[in-house]
Amino acid sequence: MKFYAFHLMPYRHLDMAEANKYRSYWSVLPNRLYDPAKGADLYQEYIDQLVLAAKLGYDGVCVNEHHQTAYGLMPAPNLIASILIDRTRGMATKIPIIGRALPLLNNPLTVAEEYAMLDNLSHGRVVAGFVRGIGCEYHASGTNPIYSHERFHEAHDLIIRAWTEPGPFEYEGEHYNFRYVNTWPRTVQRPHPPVWIPSQGSAETIDWASAPERKYPFIITFSPIDSVIRFHDLYKQAARQQGYEAKGEQLGWAVPVYVAETDEIAIREATPHIEALFNNYLYMPLEMVLPPGYTSIKSMKAIIANKKGMTTTKQTMKDILEKGTFVVGSPATVRAKIEEAHARSGLKVMVPMVQFGTLPDAMTRKSIELFAKEVMPKVRGLGEGAAVKSAAE
Amino acid sequence: MPAYTSEHITLLGARIHLRRAGKGPPLLFLHGAGGVNVWFPVFEKLAQSFELIVPDHPGFGDSDTPPWLRNIGDAAYYYLELIEALKLAKPHVMGTSLGGWMAAEAAVRDSGAFGRLTLVAPAGLRVVGVPSGDPFLWSHEEHVRALYHDQAIAERALAAPVPPELADIQIKNRFAFARLAWQPRLFNPDLERWLHRIKAPVQIIWGNDDKLLPVAYAQAWMKQLPKARLLPIANCGHLPHVERPDEVVNAVNSFAREAQP
Repeated sequence: MKFYAFHLMPYRHLDMAEANKYRSYWSVLPNRLYDPAKGADLYQEYIDQLVLAAKLGYDGVCVNEHHQTAYGLMPAPNLIASILIDRTRGMATKIPIIGRALPLLNNPLTVAEEYAMLDNLSHGRVVAGFVRGIGCEYHASGTNPIYSHERFHEAHDLIIRAWTEPGPFEYEGEHYNFRYVNTWPRTVQRPHPPVWIPSQGSAETIDWASAPERKYPFIITFSPIDSVIRFHDLYKQAARQQGYEAKGEQLGWAVPVYVAETDEIAIREATPHIEALFNNYLYMPLEMVLPPGYTSIKSMKAIIANKKGMTTTKQTMKDILEKGTFVVGSPATVRAKIEEAHARSGLKVMVPMVQFGTLPDAMTRKSIELFAKEVMPKVRGLGEGAAVKSAAE
Repeated sequence: MPAYTSEHITLLGARIHLRRAGKGPPLLFLHGAGGVNVWFPVFEKLAQSFELIVPDHPGFGDSDTPPWLRNIGDAAYYYLELIEALKLAKPHVMGTSLGGWMAAEAAVRDSGAFGRLTLVAPAGLRVVGVPSGDPFLWSHEEHVRALYHDQAIAERALAAPVPPELADIQIKNRFAFARLAWQPRLFNPDLERWLHRIKAPVQIIWGNDDKLLPVAYAQAWMKQLPKARLLPIANCGHLPHVERPDEVVNAVNSFAREAQP
């Protein structure tokens, strides 16, 4: 099993009492609530946390993209990735960018170019994450969500071709047209950097990511543990229907993690910060999280009918623990949760979000260290050499 | 006896729902983004003077969502095709909000296709410094309230039960609306450059308390269509044909009478 420390880099110094007067921490939250003096220090703090993780032996350190929000201060995640690459020079640490939101781009070739640059700068340590972006980012970017899937697939295909086909060549698509595609530099990793698909588990994405010509690792993000297992099972079923057995390396689980000395301390310390993440930083009303077309009409009807979607409902620590959207506790408890998840799905890609919501620096560093020293070594061997457990079993 | 007849026609590969009522010169009504979920009282009144034709736009209501519907220009060309298919000779076209935008986009593409145009708070233009409301950000309740001056109407609309078929159509309409109007939000930056091509007489009706497209937008239309007639309606929101149907019907009737020799 491999472990990739993940960070959103939230603006944790937010005046939440003031911020709560707005309908969401996304797009409509006035940026006067961002204090650059505090924010500049935060970037340093967060980068140092990820570098600490790298030094403690995490297999990778991950960044990702969000726009117009206190939830994450990385509208351009490649800038942070570039710093992390240099701060981990000479190390084997992978640098997954999970990911760039392709449909929001008017020129996806910039991602082909920037990822290729990062792959050169890191001597081939980059993992290329591709996502569609959160619903609200279609408000932030002006991209029409009706064309989200079309643009994602077209941009993906264009980027892969830009990395793998000799240039120059022409590209003619529905959304993108280029007379000249000729990416300099070429990627170090051949045929191209590994691609990860973070997802909340839509059926279309599972089928697409698991296709034999892609076999992209599927990273389920911020979902209740039962959903994570179910989506992994669906991925394995889709792989089997397409004629092969999915490996644990294709099954990922991105989840906030907090480790402290005991369960009681861990829960006490984490509670306000994880509740801030789920109830405040991640909260979006339906109109923001699910703009028309971001999902199919059928999925939209189902979501409205079930009134589900964790970003639109408030939850307490108790709810969060019951759903298993958060891994928290003593090293032994956290180990047991990872062992259980592995036993249920065979997953071998774990993406612990090491800082969440308002979690302060000292607690974040403590948890990063306890996880590296007391959890990782004992669960690292899970699934090594063993076949993935069948979904049918 | 039903107030209207309902039929489906197939045009450009898409099955399109349209309703008809009344006798007289044809009046093609192009609905707004909310669609035609009920037979509005304004239709009853218009049907007393016109052969009223009320299609569901492609993508809306009980019409198909054809693959060729990608942007507002596609809707405009579609309506030029529909006018030909229905053999309407220079009809009077009445469009509200999104439907008014479609009518204007069609009219600049074929300035001879329309006899008269009644535009009720049409979308389609921008007014720098006066942003429109954002129906894609508003909650359902905010949206409904923003449509009316008289909040008692909004209260009734919010309290009305929504049967599942209607709920499905509301989602479908919202998807189609986004397809046409998400970006730029509710306007086409090219439209104002070509509005002068509209040669048919134009009447513009606007509620003075329109919270979606503030009345400053009416002035933007008048600037590009200086010969148009503007009828502002006091104490009225974005849906004058719903909130003040009598005034709207009177305006349409008297505007139509001017066409008589």
